[in-house]
Amino acid sequence: MMKVLVGILAGLVLMSAQAMAQSGPLRIEITEGVIEPLPFAVPDFVPDGASASEISAQLSRLVASDLSGTGLFREVPASAYISKVTDFSAPVQYADWKAINAQALITGSVKVSGSRLTVQFRIYDVFSGDELGTGLQFVGAPDGWRRMAHKVADVVYSRITGEGSYFDSRVVFVSETGPKNDRHKRLAIMDYDGANVQYLTDSAAIVLAPRFSPTGDRVLYTSYETGFPRIYVLDVGKVERRVLEEQDGTMSFAPRFAPDGRTVVYSLYKGGTTDIYTLDINNGKSKRLTNATSIDTAPSYSPDGKQIVFESDRSGTQQLYIMSASGGEARRISFGQGRYGTPVWSPRGDLIAFTKQSKGRFHIGVMRVDGSEERLLTASFLDEGPTWAPNGRVIMFTRETQGAKGRASLYSVDITGRNLRPVRTPEGASDPAWSPLQK
Amino acid sequence: MTILSKLLAVSLVLGIAGCTNATGGFGSGSDGSSNLDAGLVSDQTSPAYFQKAIGDRVLFPVDQATLTDEARTILVAQADWMSLNTDYKAIIEGHADEQGTREYNIGLGARRADAVREFLISRGVAGNRLQVVSYGKERPLEICSEESCYSKNRRSVTVLASNLTG
Repeated sequence: MMKVLVGILAGLVLMSAQAMAQSGPLRIEITEGVIEPLPFAVPDFVPDGASASEISAQLSRLVASDLSGTGLFREVPASAYISKVTDFSAPVQYADWKAINAQALITGSVKVSGSRLTVQFRIYDVFSGDELGTGLQFVGAPDGWRRMAHKVADVVYSRITGEGSYFDSRVVFVSETGPKNDRHKRLAIMDYDGANVQYLTDSAAIVLAPRFSPTGDRVLYTSYETGFPRIYVLDVGKVERRVLEEQDGTMSFAPRFAPDGRTVVYSLYKGGTTDIYTLDINNGKSKRLTNATSIDTAPSYSPDGKQIVFESDRSGTQQLYIMSASGGEARRISFGQGRYGTPVWSPRGDLIAFTKQSKGRFHIGVMRVDGSEERLLTASFLDEGPTWAPNGRVIMFTRETQGAKGRASLYSVDITGRNLRPVRTPEGASDPAWSPLQK
Repeated sequence: MTILSKLLAVSLVLGIAGCTNATGGFGSGSDGSSNLDAGLVSDQTSPAYFQKAIGDRVLFPVDQATLTDEARTILVAQADWMSLNTDYKAIIEGHADEQGTREYNIGLGARRADAVREFLISRGVAGNRLQVVSYGKERPLEICSEESCYSKNRRSVTVLASNLTG
């Protein structure tokens, strides 16, 4: 168990509100596609006492790595520094940071007293010679230093981009070992950057496609535990699971929560066809939303819960459709060349991410909700299964390599198609699902 | 500068996860075997005969669940065998090759298994003796990324189980 307390530095909350309102000229517009990353400096946070120095250095490096990892920021190396920051409270020597072209400066202090870790930090807009927003303080347990670093980086990211952030988030995924014809899969959860991996199931049965609840405390997934694919819900804290759908002669898969956190939308194979159903996990009532001989699957809710995007081969090939959350007529939104599957509605509501198969290649792409402005972000032998970062600006997905030694791993890419990066995992990995930002 | 801190008391709980033990799963997989004693191929009433002499699997074209003439010939023999050997029921596994997304391939495997089930029923096997399961692209037999492997992975396998042990 860990608690992080957030506080505002420098006294008056009133003043901080004013400071937040004027964001100043230091700004990255993410949607424009950043070609030249913004240079920043994070001198190691000032340790308060010798016991804090190791955590302080690690924490500062993690803040830098979060920011650099976005591709939007570039760290100015410590070897270029003119000033040293030895006192968190001392005035900033703007000229020294200007001279090395550090446009943003993040300073901080780290104090460890007993089982309490206190991190304070400030962000400076070097070229305007001003603090960007007000300083903040996080208090938590020393072993929670990674989360505190992510929270610091989240604040920096949000203040400079004006967007929500995603560093203090987790990813649930399928961890894989063994060759293709003897693959073992188990559910795992980790920090967004691949740290703190924990396994949630063993690999006795195939597990597929975990999905977080809107609050991140539960995970839906598909398991072959009974010999047939069935959907389960797992309490992440207690690591307890229960089956949700258990009718003889049926198979259930591709579950996803509605924004209300109690309705689950999923595919059910029954009587020869695969259709989309919803299930209320509190009272067990289910409802059929599609009724066709086509394969209707991979449903995903709009953030307001009013609509569902899904894939269907009703036209002859896999295409994307949107229908009301209560079912009824669906309108097709994908019309390009090739097959479209695994649609996922962005948490911002503006885009649908999908997998596209065309001319023997797989792509991760995004399109507007009306199907316009389709943009392919990746291309490879096999890319599939996008999941959105909580801020709707980054997508993580599975990439599987070709041939007998083919292996699955996770990658992330931003919605402009830039900054394609592998996500490190201890074993092979597939089917990532990004959590909401942690509270 | 004096730093006053005002705690907003935003707290959170991080779950500590351990491992759970899943209960044992159904013993079949890609090889079509079950916990059954297969017997000898030379014994026409044995599961081994069904698997090897008749053939427990049929193959499908790309992204299709259509039964080829070759598949029908095998399935006619499977149906005849099941009509004679009523001590057995079967689970029909549907599989897909890796050229497709995970969820769609489960649907496609289900469609293939269902095509086989419907065919066997049309040849006189009782529907309550035939269950279907789809593994999608999760259980390939062959692991190269070429059509020579894909064609063997796009399959259904009729896995016998004893009627008597429930």
